[in-house]
Amino acid sequence: MTDATVTLSAEETAAEAPTPAAEVTLGLAHFKEANEQVRAALARADAVTIREANAQRYLGCALPAGKSLDIFGTPGNDLGCYLDGGRIEVFGNGQDQVGNTMNNGAITIHGRVGDAAGYAMRGGTILVRDDCGWRAGIHMKEYEAKRPAIVIGGDAGAFLGEYMAGGIIVLAGTPGDYLGTGMHGGVIYLRHPLSTDRIMDGLIQEPVGEEDVPTLTALLDAYDEAFAGESPPLGGDLSSWHRLRPASARPYGGLYAH
Amino acid sequence: MTRRNIPREGEVRIPSGCAIAGIMDRSGARHDGGDILRSIALMHDRSNGLGGGFAAYGIYPDYADLYAFHIMYESREARAAAEAYLEHFYLCEKQERIPTEDHPSIKNPPDIWRYFMAPHPMRLAASGLDEAEYTMQHVFHINGKIEGAFVASSGKDMGVFKGVGYPEDIGAFYRIGDYRAWAWTAHGRFPTNTPGWWGGAHPFTLLNWSVVHNGEISSYDANRRYVEQFGYDCELQTDTEVITYLFDLLARRHGLSQQMAAHIMAAPSWREIDAMEPDRAAFETALRTVYASALVNGPFSIIVGSEEGLLALNDRLKLRALMVAEKGPMVYLASEQAAIQVVCPDAENVRSIEGGMPFVVQRDDVAAAKAGEAAENRAVRDWPLEHEVGVLPRKRREV
Amino acid sequence: MDATTNCVLPRYRVVRDEAACTGCAQCVRSCANGVHRLRKDSDRIVINSRACVNCQRCVVFCPELALTIQPWPQVGTGSSTWTAEAMADIAKQAQTGGVLLSSMGTPAPYPIYWDHLLLNASQVTNPSIDPLREPMETRVFLGSRPEILKVNERAGQVVEPLPPQLKLDVPIMFSAMSFGSISLNAQKALALAAAELGTFFNVGEGGMHRDLEPFADHAFAQVASGRFGVDAHYLNTAAAIEIKIGQGAKPGIGGHLPGEKINSEVSRTRMIPEGSDAISPAPHHDIYSIEDLRQLIFSIKEATGYRKPVAVKIAAVHNAAAIASGMARTGADIIVVDGFRGGTGAAPKRIRDAVGIPVELALAAIDQRLRDEGIRSTVSLVASGSIRNSADVVRAIALGADACSIGSAALIAMGCHQCRDCSSGRCNWGIATQRAALTERLHPEAAAERVVNLVRAWTAEIQEMMGGMGINAVDSLRGNRLMLRGVGLNEKELDILGVKYAGE
Repeated sequence: MTDATVTLSAEETAAEAPTPAAEVTLGLAHFKEANEQVRAALARADAVTIREANAQRYLGCALPAGKSLDIFGTPGNDLGCYLDGGRIEVFGNGQDQVGNTMNNGAITIHGRVGDAAGYAMRGGTILVRDDCGWRAGIHMKEYEAKRPAIVIGGDAGAFLGEYMAGGIIVLAGTPGDYLGTGMHGGVIYLRHPLSTDRIMDGLIQEPVGEEDVPTLTALLDAYDEAFAGESPPLGGDLSSWHRLRPASARPYGGLYAH
Repeated sequence: MTRRNIPREGEVRIPSGCAIAGIMDRSGARHDGGDILRSIALMHDRSNGLGGGFAAYGIYPDYADLYAFHIMYESREARAAAEAYLEHFYLCEKQERIPTEDHPSIKNPPDIWRYFMAPHPMRLAASGLDEAEYTMQHVFHINGKIEGAFVASSGKDMGVFKGVGYPEDIGAFYRIGDYRAWAWTAHGRFPTNTPGWWGGAHPFTLLNWSVVHNGEISSYDANRRYVEQFGYDCELQTDTEVITYLFDLLARRHGLSQQMAAHIMAAPSWREIDAMEPDRAAFETALRTVYASALVNGPFSIIVGSEEGLLALNDRLKLRALMVAEKGPMVYLASEQAAIQVVCPDAENVRSIEGGMPFVVQRDDVAAAKAGEAAENRAVRDWPLEHEVGVLPRKRREV
Repeated sequence: MDATTNCVLPRYRVVRDEAACTGCAQCVRSCANGVHRLRKDSDRIVINSRACVNCQRCVVFCPELALTIQPWPQVGTGSSTWTAEAMADIAKQAQTGGVLLSSMGTPAPYPIYWDHLLLNASQVTNPSIDPLREPMETRVFLGSRPEILKVNERAGQVVEPLPPQLKLDVPIMFSAMSFGSISLNAQKALALAAAELGTFFNVGEGGMHRDLEPFADHAFAQVASGRFGVDAHYLNTAAAIEIKIGQGAKPGIGGHLPGEKINSEVSRTRMIPEGSDAISPAPHHDIYSIEDLRQLIFSIKEATGYRKPVAVKIAAVHNAAAIASGMARTGADIIVVDGFRGGTGAAPKRIRDAVGIPVELALAAIDQRLRDEGIRSTVSLVASGSIRNSADVVRAIALGADACSIGSAALIAMGCHQCRDCSSGRCNWGIATQRAALTERLHPEAAAERVVNLVRAWTAEIQEMMGGMGINAVDSLRGNRLMLRGVGLNEKELDILGVKYAGE
């Protein structure tokens, strides 16, 4: 297939040094070719705009620091998988597994995302303006200075933060069932606290404390900045915010008989 | 004990030793079967009277564009069933009993017929297959499904004459002295046991391929299970059969040269490949990797006949004997040198076929045409289907 | 008796030959389980048999051969139903309410089909080959291939390059064993051995420790459901990537490395906090269907520039043949099937002993299914899970495998005595432990030498067996089921294995 085309403006093609911007139109190109085109554009420019994305998977796969993608259209699954410090902004919805196993960097979605966003992410930030599907933030983890974060402006599907081993999830809307089931690390900030009967075994819900304010405020500010004019701001009054955390880093310590 | 109770080729795997021989005139001039008969007869002690046969190329010039089926029947019913089947899928220009001559040592021969046919054009078009593939599938059907019928050969302008007996007696029985061919191969069989089924004799053929083989390969089941993936039914469970199918797969379907097919089947050792310069080593590594299961292992010497000419190959450890000699346009191959000299006392350039080194002799006109062809293989499946339309192939309509 | 009373009888009785014992206390230093203790007020060594797991370290290292480990000499009840083990399991669960945890491959007496498959040898009709003097090729390449190779014959060149291939000088690799489940020294030993032998080890699902990076050309990086240590650097460092869907010892469940094994080095390699449980989800949460597997395979290929083969490992389960066929169609370059007798650092006992099927049957069914569909030649197939010796390797290849992986056998070469107590973390052989005092007992170079010796010996035996069959390249053994005959098998088993009965 040859649906993908790369266009560079005249002064960009003339320049010897890495150019500031390039544009790739994907149309109906298959993901393999689409990603080749995107990588080729990224080799010439630090910032690439992708137009007419249509289900192409893996856009921004392992994108390193200093590189950025602005994506228009609807990218496919595994957007920003293994993201390695790069920045991705989608002007539309994300599909499933956005930021799968991402290591560092930032993904901003001007819309909603599907299931399992941020699966196994260990660094960087995902900002979602609207809702997320089921199992977002599943098996997020953290390590030394690396502390990943997901901010969801809308509602979340069930199993948000399942198996969560580290990192931060911020949920401004309402969660689905099984929130944080199997969570054994990290923290989930909720604007709307759970009724006691919906808190899973081994989790503790409590109002946010002073120690949470800098982290939470920074993430809410980031959201407000990213979606200024598109979505009501989340920052400011933290009084209704609660945090959900695991009682133990060893939730299954007593499960086994040797 | 009745012989009927002994399992046939196909019901059981029967190892065989053998004598093989081949004679070809590069110029395409045709010669009668007298020389090949004398050549194979000299190697009488390499056979045990349980199988002999001949393949001949160029014997049906009047029907050169039609498939010539040689079919052995064990019963009237088998013939009726096979002919009804063929009538459905082919248009038959001519059919006749193959002339034979009683011979004191040839017992219980089957009823042997030949048919000159073109694929039924509408059925061929509806099959979505090319002519060769179409014909192959119908040969497989008759051999596998119609009891008592066996297609001994199915190529164009060629035929196989084989049966149970010493090859010189089989040759006399079929009156092969009456046929004129530009290439002949012969086989004298030494099976460990056989019920005396004529279909189990050699050469084995498919389309224009004929193979005579000496040895027992140890890679049989690896090779069988490889080719069976691609629709080749190894009904007879013989080495010759699977080697024939390997040539058909690699040369006809994959579009490789016969020499390359043989090279793949007797591939260079990793030790040799490791010593090659990097590009060549990468090429040979790719061949061995993709075609690992086409490597033929264990002792074998083969002579492969086709419309192109003859190809001789010995296994890469050179566990079987095969000699070659030349005289003018003539090329002689035989398991033993004397079998060449008995028909060509002043043969030149007498030498043995080296292990793993294919020896290829093409008809001059074929060699000239090949020299102008692209060096890249093109698989059959990548060619557009070009069916002949009409009652008979175009060439025959013009006659 | 109350709820916590321990009704479980000891399994072993440790016997000291007092006449031979010199009181050197080597056994005391050997045992991390506290079986042998020096009495405070004398130089007598006392024995706590209850703590013994039968790792045999003390027996092997006793300079006087003064120690013996016996079964606990308690007469059974005479019941075939309520065996001592069945009752001990119930007693443990009644006492703790816990899921029974076990380690290594199942000891249950299921049929071992390897032992019902006999090999052929040439007699008269074709010659056997002597591998000591004639070439005998054991080299194997793993990776996917086109069905038809496009070449330029005159130039002697490939027109379309092959997908990436792994070159194995021997058809034996080392199974995935993670840092965490085994010690770094044990991993180093496997890495050194793989490099020396021209084959591959597998870092397992726990990431790749930086000390192993020099051996990365011989390493499989594993991607499991927990994605521990998985980033672009990890994927691009290794020679190949294996997606772990399942493991023969515990099909259908995830992994659970307890927090006490997550020390600073394990933590750094897995990229999770120290002391936290490392939980691998049961499924990959981006794979709920076969087409999702394709998504993960190609995400790895995209991240590695299509330069690395991607293997997918499944546990041998009932529908393995259809699953494997689907895997081949998703773009997996190498299919790994792990049989239910395969080892593990820890698995629930009921899962280990009751879930999955023998690798022999799964392998035979997969190979045949791929052939029925005409795609066997386009993908590589690796079998693992209870390969015990060189004849098992030959049988597996004849059934249809391109290569085998060994795990338990390699650990036994390093000293493992199959006490099946890996999950305790007190491995006296320094293999399945993270305790520095124990891991330092395992010297990577020495252990590697023993593993190399083992594989070299097996290779010589494989060559002898191939030579006997008249085969001088492993290519001609692969899928060559006529080289096998069954004994003691029923029609159905013969049918699934695709072999004839001995005498046929």
